[in-house]
Amino acid sequence: MAVNLTRVDQLDLRTRPARRRRDRIARWMFRSAAFTTFLVTLLIIGTLVFDAWDYLSALADTEDGLGSLFDIGWFPRRGIFDIGTLVVGTLIVTSIAMLVAVPLGLGAAIYLSEYANPRLRRLVKPIIEILAGIPSVVLGYFAISFINPNLVTKLFSGAHGAFTLAAAGIAVGVMTIPIIASVAEDALRAVPMALREASFGLGGKRSQTTFRVVFPAAISGIVAALILGISRAIGETMVVAIAAGATGGGLFSLDPLQPGQTMTAAMAALGFGSDQVAGDDLTFQSLYFIGLLLFFMTFALNFASDRLVARVREEY
Amino acid sequence: MALSTPASIGGATARSYTEGLTRKGSDVRGRVVEGALISTLAFSLLILLVLLVDLVRRAWPVLSDRPGAFLGGGLNSSDASRAGVWQGMRGTVTLAIIVVLVAVPLGIACAVYLEEYAGRSRFAKWTRINVRNLAGVPSIVYGLLGLAIFVKALDGINGNGRTVIAGGLALSALVLPIVIITASEALRAVPRGIREGALGVGATQWETIRSHVLPSAAPGILTGTMLSLARAAGEAAPVLLVGAITGLLRTGDQGVIDQLSGPFTAMPVVIFAYARQPGDDFREITAAASIVLLVLVLAMNGFAIWLRNRYERKW
Amino acid sequence: MNESGDQMDSVNEITDLDVAPAVTGLQQHLVVGSANASPGAVTVFQTTDLAVYYGDFRAVRDVDLDIRQHEITALIGPSGCGKSTVLRCFDRMNDLIDGARVEGEVRYHGVDLYGPEVDPVEVRRRIGMVFQKPNPFPKSIYDNLAFGPRLNGVKKKAELDEVVESSLRRAALWDEVKDRLKESAMGLSGGQQQRLCIARCVAVKPEVILMDEPCSALDPIATARIEDLMQEIKQEYTIVIVTHNMQQAARVSDRTAFFTTEVNPESDRRTGVLIEYNATPKIFSNPDDERTEQYVTGRFG
Repeated sequence: MAVNLTRVDQLDLRTRPARRRRDRIARWMFRSAAFTTFLVTLLIIGTLVFDAWDYLSALADTEDGLGSLFDIGWFPRRGIFDIGTLVVGTLIVTSIAMLVAVPLGLGAAIYLSEYANPRLRRLVKPIIEILAGIPSVVLGYFAISFINPNLVTKLFSGAHGAFTLAAAGIAVGVMTIPIIASVAEDALRAVPMALREASFGLGGKRSQTTFRVVFPAAISGIVAALILGISRAIGETMVVAIAAGATGGGLFSLDPLQPGQTMTAAMAALGFGSDQVAGDDLTFQSLYFIGLLLFFMTFALNFASDRLVARVREEY
Repeated sequence: MALSTPASIGGATARSYTEGLTRKGSDVRGRVVEGALISTLAFSLLILLVLLVDLVRRAWPVLSDRPGAFLGGGLNSSDASRAGVWQGMRGTVTLAIIVVLVAVPLGIACAVYLEEYAGRSRFAKWTRINVRNLAGVPSIVYGLLGLAIFVKALDGINGNGRTVIAGGLALSALVLPIVIITASEALRAVPRGIREGALGVGATQWETIRSHVLPSAAPGILTGTMLSLARAAGEAAPVLLVGAITGLLRTGDQGVIDQLSGPFTAMPVVIFAYARQPGDDFREITAAASIVLLVLVLAMNGFAIWLRNRYERKW
Repeated sequence: MNESGDQMDSVNEITDLDVAPAVTGLQQHLVVGSANASPGAVTVFQTTDLAVYYGDFRAVRDVDLDIRQHEITALIGPSGCGKSTVLRCFDRMNDLIDGARVEGEVRYHGVDLYGPEVDPVEVRRRIGMVFQKPNPFPKSIYDNLAFGPRLNGVKKKAELDEVVESSLRRAALWDEVKDRLKESAMGLSGGQQQRLCIARCVAVKPEVILMDEPCSALDPIATARIEDLMQEIKQEYTIVIVTHNMQQAARVSDRTAFFTTEVNPESDRRTGVLIEYNATPKIFSNPDDERTEQYVTGRFG
């Protein structure tokens, strides 16, 4: 008659040991995974710094010393390492790329955010994502097979027939359009509708509201988009490796209509294939030195852009 | 002036107000602005169209006349009539598998730690900053990493480090930040109620994650994985630096181990190699190879977008 | 509406003199029935069978209202009854919402506001709006106020300075901000920001000011200041205010319109409908409709 109830031991509210152990192991595993990201960063920085240091000290021991870094051109296999040539080449390509990407990217962003109806936006956004997904080698090929013959040489007499920095720049610009468009569009859409309503309520037209209210309000995000675009353009390798020519090296030049060398293309040229110059050779190590420079440049730009985006998030 | 007017004056008032309210001219400036904006959008789309048309046009002779030979042929940078993409495809698939085995679990695990365990700690904050930085590092720097670390390490292990494994590891490092960022977003989208419900019936944190959070976030995580794979498939620079072959690759019939520990190549590298060769026949080959890679990459991206749209649940 | 010839001629002369400035934009301020005319003498808005749809959903139906000049008209009712929707018909703000559709008629001084010839931009210049949550631009106080005039082509600093000062005085904000016009408007308190929005509205010299729950985000003191402001400026403007605060409606308005919701038996969604529209004292002491009485005495909503 008396029902036999199992007494719950009130003092033992702890989890069963086996489950607890599994929980702890799981937590430890996930934590280690997070640590690996720091490992990657350390390895990257470590490699670049050590090898670049080796390079610089080896270079300092040569006849011209560090003066080789400021020479007539970039001919790594002959020991002529003018950094200026590469940096200028990178700047030329990046500038041309931004000339293409900024108007097209910002224009698309503004139109999609402020003017387009939802149906159009749903149709167009995937297409822009397609553009973003095109591998850079394909665009490099497009640069030499289409852009250079049909655009550059036709528009500018005196342009080199096969390889120009300009064609490479245009192709890099095309690659950069989607980044600028999507970050800028996010920034514009983050501006609260209330501000637009205030402007319309005062009798503003759409173009006035867009450019006098929304655009200034989104400026941090838009600048972030531009900086990200620049960073991406600077780091782009394969397009220039294919389309800019001058793989053996080049003289210092400011002419976009001729073949040229950028930092990334120089790295690619040094680093690959059966020509790969290996070992502790000075020529090869210059690769790491450029890599370090490149890393610093893009790091600084990305950091700045990141801070701006954080500021946008705070404001809204 | 004191004017007592009737409650509403009809015709005359209406007429003058109508005048004031009517569209004055056709807002030329506004139209011009809108036209300019539309044309930037249209221009971008036009570029894409021109690119695709040009590729198809050039690739057509190869793809229509000898698709089988092309798809089955090996890497050959000297003889266009014998050039193909088979080895490139094999390499790319192998690389993708390595990325799935290495970067995806690692990235998801890191995201789980950031979103489920560490939350607002200083460690989490710095990890996120670090991940965002890594996402912005140019791909060729990952090539340097691959060359200096992975190739050297594998050199020690089996004599030749320039293998597909080194390439896969370099690519894994490259896409790791993307996996982490997308997985984090997917996890963040899972409503708190799901976790609370599981914890509320006495599950441990790990059990909650394993049986409730991860399954909910799975579509989003899968989307991110596909995007990362598409990115990895399209990258040439890291693979190139790690030693992918650009000239002629003699592999013949190798066993899997030999393939993994020997020379290799990948689709983007194949395209790069062919693009550098002069001559119209190589132009065609390059275009054809580009189309093959594009189909692969766009299919992956398209699948990812479809996944995202399909599973964008409204909680 | 007397259509007899003689009267029309003399009215025409006066009308042309008085209204022509109104048509040319910023310098206008004389409208038919100037500030000295008795309040309520002129009908500014007349709605007939007004209904608003969002897609298939009918948000509000069968609204017949006439808004009189130099009066404060309040629209009250429980949430979801469509009072804000109706308000936004008066300055065509509903145009901005995708899928919104207006049926019936809204006439502004006899003109069909939704006629094909009518430019919504011009409508919104003449009919201003103050929103529930203050929405100053993230610019300086000066630039906030100068925004409207600049839209209309006013460029000279002297003119802008004058408009800025007079608008701020009108909104009883001048003394508080006159020394910091170049500072960001985002630094003002909630009540100050709302008065800034009113000043910004006033700067384009509208005829009507629509207010959509202007005080609901503000504390009681700021609310009281704005209610005082409304009473002061109604001599120059016509004000329509949406409020869910009945006491506020009773305090400030001359006429009140009471809306409520009706459940549509087929779709199970609520449609707003106008129940009663009368002089405010009558609405609050002796309303015609039983539902009105229930609402104002607090028995529901």
